Amino acid sequence: MRARVFVTLKPSVFDPQGTTVTEALHSLGYDAVKDVRQGKYFELEVDARSADEARRVVSEAADRLLANPVIESYRIEIEERVAV
Amino acid sequence: MKFAVVVFPGSNCDHDAYHVATDVLGAEAAFVWHKDTSLGGADVVVLPGGFAHGDYLRTGAIARFSPVMNEVRRFAMAGGPVIGICNGFQVLTESGLLPGAMLRNTSLQYQCEYVHVKVEQIDTPFTVACTKGQVLRIPIAHGEGNYYAEPEVLARLQRNRQIVFRYTNAAGEVTPEANPNGSLDNIAGLCNETRNVVGLMPHPERACELSLGSSDGRVLFESVMKAVSEGAFAPART
Repeated sequence: MRARVFVTLKPSVFDPQGTTVTEALHSLGYDAVKDVRQGKYFELEVDARSADEARRVVSEAADRLLANPVIESYRIEIEERVAV
Repeated sequence: MKFAVVVFPGSNCDHDAYHVATDVLGAEAAFVWHKDTSLGGADVVVLPGGFAHGDYLRTGAIARFSPVMNEVRRFAMAGGPVIGICNGFQVLTESGLLPGAMLRNTSLQYQCEYVHVKVEQIDTPFTVACTKGQVLRIPIAHGEGNYYAEPEVLARLQRNRQIVFRYTNAAGEVTPEANPNGSLDNIAGLCNETRNVVGLMPHPERACELSLGSSDGRVLFESVMKAVSEGAFAPART
């Protein structure tokens, strides 16, 4: 099963990289872009019997390692493959 | 009097710390590999600067799970003096031995320069030989030293006097211009609630001999030698 984990800085945390990217986009003329928040994206191949089990494992992994709960939050997507 | 200098893959200030402990201050020191499960009976633990595990994922995030960190945690919990310098400070925050986290410098640049830091607290093992308000000129060299903590955590740090070092100008004034990385409250270093674990972004170990430009960092190492020799902050042996 494939899990996708999106790690982003919490809204209260200043993101200097995102701000710089926003400014760069503005200098390219993309004035419609109001704000950028930069994050991290992980794809995990997980050996699990169900989507719930995969989500449990990945959520624990995200809590312990993939994200730092002091500054980051995360969102998990599980992609179940349909057996042929 | 023995220092343990922990070596992670990617540590690069380990030899500087070892040199200061042995050649400059005449103490004993030993390198402890990150996979070791003993600190070799050391009185003080140094988590040195560098790029442990290549700074992959987040600075200090992988080092936190190195086997030696179980021993460092036990030593710290028993009251032993632990100092994390630069990347070592990042390892301490990731490990939860110190509160908060590091963000990218607001400049987005790797800042490598001399700064001034004021010693705000002198009741930690690494500052007992300092005078309160003493201004030290020591270098920084980091890309992620922008200290962040949630407002209630910051308030607790202030209330408990855990902010040990702050970036200032040469006169010891805390100003926005003196802040090299965007750290909250100009925080350059802090201690835990029991005061035996100290972390700081500047590099005192690179400023212990005048021939290197400054010897202001030496007082941190002299402090811990004084603290240990006087029996303060000795880890409870089990």
